[in-house]
Amino acid sequence: MAAVMSDHAHGDHHGPTGLMRWITTTNHKDIGTMYLVFSFIMFLSGGVMALTIRAELFQPGLQVVQPEFFNQLTTMHGLVMVFGAIMPAFVGFANWQIPLMIGACDMAFARMNNWSFWLLPPAATLLIGSFFVPGGATAAGWTLYAPLSVQMGMGMDMAIFAIHIMGVSSIMGAINIVVTILNMRAPGMTMMKMPLFCWTWLITAYLLIAVMPVLAGAVTMVLTDRHFGTSFFSAAGGGDPVMYQHIFWFFGHPEVYIMILPAFGIISQIIPTFARKPLFGYASMVYATASIAILSFSVWAHHMFTTGMPAVGQLFFMYATMLIAVPTGVKVFNWVATMWRGSMTFETPMLFAVGFIFVFTMGGFTGLICAIAPIDIQVQDTYYVVAHFHYVLVAGSLFALFAGAYYWLPKWTGHMPDERIGKLHFWCSIVFFNITFFPMHFLGLAGMPRRIPDYALQFADFNMLASIGAFGFGLSQLIFLAAVVKCVRGGEKAAARAWEGAEGLEWTVPSPAPHHTFEEAPVVK
Amino acid sequence: MTASGRIAAENRRLLVRLAVAAVVMFGFGFLLVPFYEKICEVTGINNLLKPDTAVNTQIDLTRTVTIQFDGNIHDLPWQFRPLQTQISVHPGELATVAYEVSNTRSEPVTGQAVPSYGPQLAGQYFRKLECFCFARQTLAAGEKRTMPVAFVVDPGLPEDVKVITLSYTFFEIAGRRLAGDGAGGRS
Ligand code: HEM
Ligand SMILES: [Cu+2]
Repeated sequence: MAAVMSDHAHGDHHGPTGLMRWITTTNHKDIGTMYLVFSFIMFLSGGVMALTIRAELFQPGLQVVQPEFFNQLTTMHGLVMVFGAIMPAFVGFANWQIPLMIGACDMAFARMNNWSFWLLPPAATLLIGSFFVPGGATAAGWTLYAPLSVQMGMGMDMAIFAIHIMGVSSIMGAINIVVTILNMRAPGMTMMKMPLFCWTWLITAYLLIAVMPVLAGAVTMVLTDRHFGTSFFSAAGGGDPVMYQHIFWFFGHPEVYIMILPAFGIISQIIPTFARKPLFGYASMVYATASIAILSFSVWAHHMFTTGMPAVGQLFFMYATMLIAVPTGVKVFNWVATMWRGSMTFETPMLFAVGFIFVFTMGGFTGLICAIAPIDIQVQDTYYVVAHFHYVLVAGSLFALFAGAYYWLPKWTGHMPDERIGKLHFWCSIVFFNITFFPMHFLGLAGMPRRIPDYALQFADFNMLASIGAFGFGLSQLIFLAAVVKCVRGGEKAAARAWEGAEGLEWTVPSPAPHHTFEEAPVVK
Repeated sequence: MTASGRIAAENRRLLVRLAVAAVVMFGFGFLLVPFYEKICEVTGINNLLKPDTAVNTQIDLTRTVTIQFDGNIHDLPWQFRPLQTQISVHPGELATVAYEVSNTRSEPVTGQAVPSYGPQLAGQYFRKLECFCFARQTLAAGEKRTMPVAFVVDPGLPEDVKVITLSYTFFEIAGRRLAGDGAGGRS
């Protein structure tokens, strides 16, 4: 690992070529690219599962898949999207951007960086391969609740091992990011001068180190309950299934912030660029991010309002959850204030960023509604919750990823993305997104449970609408693929500072960024 | 290279610290188990398998509640059934019923019964003073046993609950240890 430094004494790209180059690379840009490509493939796989689900739900009754397989699909869709698509995509951004933003020559541990990535394809193979074993993939829901997870076939074991491997990968990635940010900043790049994306990732990395091991522990306990006669969660031996939920959500709630904080970081880079004003309230953004992270450890049981918690507990978790919306509100306020009286233009990254603010905020509000214990007891496990978390995860994390991709593509490829294609992608995405998920609020309020293959007739119209939207949304993502491919192939040459209002070290290196950058650390004034 | 050597050493130190933190958190996950068990014990949240005490012995003669009994086994070579399927009681009145269980395997087997109530809400008004579910039961090969349940329905039971179903499921304790026997779906 110490070799990182000396490795970079030489000039441009060298060493093995072809496939071996990618397998052996320790370059943060190569690894970032691999993370991004991997996560996009996972995104498409998870998308195919989602569309199969929506095809089944297009009409009441069973048409496309059997209920057992339907349950496997909902479970695997969640696992693949969370652990395969969203999380690795953010790590890809971190790999590309953090060294460029803080003026470091590479990540702190380049060899470990290579390992963190190359653990993912085997894990994904294990996970998706579980569809093809006897009994099929796990169907216990992405939360893998006991007692179901204690009962399933060997697909469940494969999912557990996949989670172990992906967990190790995220922890290694997180350690790398923390060390890089704390130790490798260019002279003069003080913590409070750091771009917000680095700040949000630093805090996310700490969250990962704190909670990924707890998830690993939880699924390990499921594994030993299944095969080694322990009874952590199996009621038969005196264990307690609700205990699983407590341990899982100790991981699970911080996890949702792991998926959104880096998105906040990306949005905080983009809004100032296209509003041509510095970010409003930089310091308060840092403190808000940190307080969200700390508070996220004290709200887990808002996922468990219906488990028969004492009223005092319900009240505590209700108020704690509402409290967490305050720093989130601070962020939204700061973004809006940054735009206020800015000279704004709406290139594709900015469109996605502004779209994010609108639609993510709606998800925040439905979160608040779910946080109210008496209401949540009504909507728990209904489509209302499905609507909530897709507003924050798709319109939140995913839109931020798209915004970031369009924003930094010039730096990665040397070409400006095609604005026409990008705008088409944005408008299709936001329209179809809302057609898909907005009706789910009504379905949930009317009592349609989540994770079921069939439903009562009164839900038919909204479900049909949601399915149409879903297919539109899914197909729209091919536009993104087209935009990226076109941008890689050619297009308008990008200047070093690709966007007129962009600030930061990454815009001082040429576009595309050369294989090695900042071998001489820049000095930040 | 001394400057970069120093950074590399510092990086390694931080790496070790963070890795230790991750390992500690892995242990912490397991520590949550005894921690929650303690909380449940102290607050009395999870007292499914403990005898209750009847607080109010006032018998409410103005209404009767029908209690239905049910017995299930889960992957267990036993036969298990209530000796009476339903009885009527007044809230506050002490009642005793019996279940019969027999081991059909030619070796001793240990099981644990877990009760559940329908409607769920009735559970908190159902006070079991004596029950075979308070302890694990070991039956010798071919043994047959009759086991009593003594209970009082709390007079605080909401008026609209007229029927309560008490259902037990027996789970096997030993014998579920063999690795692999669960593969392919134990259900
Ligand atoms: C204002 C901020 C938020 C609040 C108050 C909030 C509150 C809640 C509550 C109370 C639930 C439980 C609903 C139920 O199961 O009945 C929930 C579920 C969920 N939330 Fe949020 N949330 C917020 C933001 C987020 C963010 C930013 C994300 C992710 C990026 C997120 C992802 C999820 C997910 C995935 C679930 C469903 C988990 C499951 O049961 O499968 N939430 N939220
Ligand atoms: Cu939560």
